[in-house]
Amino acid sequence: MSWNLDSDRPIFIQIVEHLQYDIVSGYYQPGQRLPSVRDLAAEAAVNPNTMQRALSELERSGYMHSERTSGRFITEDKGMIDELKRQLATAQIEVFLQTMKRLGLSNEEIQVLVKESMKE
Amino acid sequence: MSKLVDIKGLTKNYESITALYNVNLELESGHIVGLLGPNGSGKTTLIKILCGLLHPTSGSVQVDGHDIGVETKSVISYLPDQTYLDGNMTIRDIFALFVDFYRDFDINRAFNMLNILKINPDAKLKTLSKGNKEKVQLILVMSRRAKLYILDEPIAGVDPAARDFILNTIISNYDPSATILISTHLISDVESVLDDVIFLQYGQIALHASVDEIRSREGKSVDALFREVYRC
Repeated sequence: MSWNLDSDRPIFIQIVEHLQYDIVSGYYQPGQRLPSVRDLAAEAAVNPNTMQRALSELERSGYMHSERTSGRFITEDKGMIDELKRQLATAQIEVFLQTMKRLGLSNEEIQVLVKESMKE
Repeated sequence: MSKLVDIKGLTKNYESITALYNVNLELESGHIVGLLGPNGSGKTTLIKILCGLLHPTSGSVQVDGHDIGVETKSVISYLPDQTYLDGNMTIRDIFALFVDFYRDFDINRAFNMLNILKINPDAKLKTLSKGNKEKVQLILVMSRRAKLYILDEPIAGVDPAARDFILNTIISNYDPSATILISTHLISDVESVLDDVIFLQYGQIALHASVDEIRSREGKSVDALFREVYRC
């Protein structure tokens, strides 16, 4: 089970996220052809219908598109991919900041700690 | 769209014991469905009725628009919880038997899968390990081009790697126009492969919902919900 999905969140959402990360990280390059639904489903060890639904969702939001006969491709719109990267990063930073606040750290303290960690 | 499985008011009594009581169930084509429930909840009874091995006490059961009979048996590929094959036969013999028995048995597909598993086709069934026996039986069942696959406990008693192979076989041989009904106790292992789950309890359907519906409504896995519902 190579995709490491959480057991308590909808699988569909996690597949969408996983593929978004794969697009942003360049694992799938702009314009690249995706494997078939069946192969992706087998790789992720998920239901092919759920995989299909996730791909349709990503198509609907424009991150990929199908060509009638030749398959499904990642968007070539690099601006769109960069924007997605920014959104995903912001979401992670918000989660991080909430955790830090729960630990009772001020913004300044957080900044200092982050800088120290990044030096290492 | 016509229902692949249509069960209305199904009751099954074994003398004084009621195994199923007034079960109504519809399944469409193109789904992978988990049939879940504790021991004695009626899973195997329901499966055997679908396969024509038991007769209902009352109610109607149709598969692919037909009452249970010759037509429905030809569209159902069934993996029983216990083997019915002769252990002295080689796998090659068993494949030949299936070619004779089932018009929709794809022997090339069967040999392909056997090859991936590196199981010798000339080995006698009884000489195989438990896990390999289960895999061979799954190969037999999944090599048919059926409309309804019914797998009774396909992953019981095999190691995690074999379990992965079995689930992978189910996913990659799955024809999107067919439906697979999997009965199991090992929910967490199959959960991500399922569209829908059916919880049986005391011979009745306690819940019929999609996996993602359950996860988003309950904020927990189907496995966790199952443990809660059936806590002893």
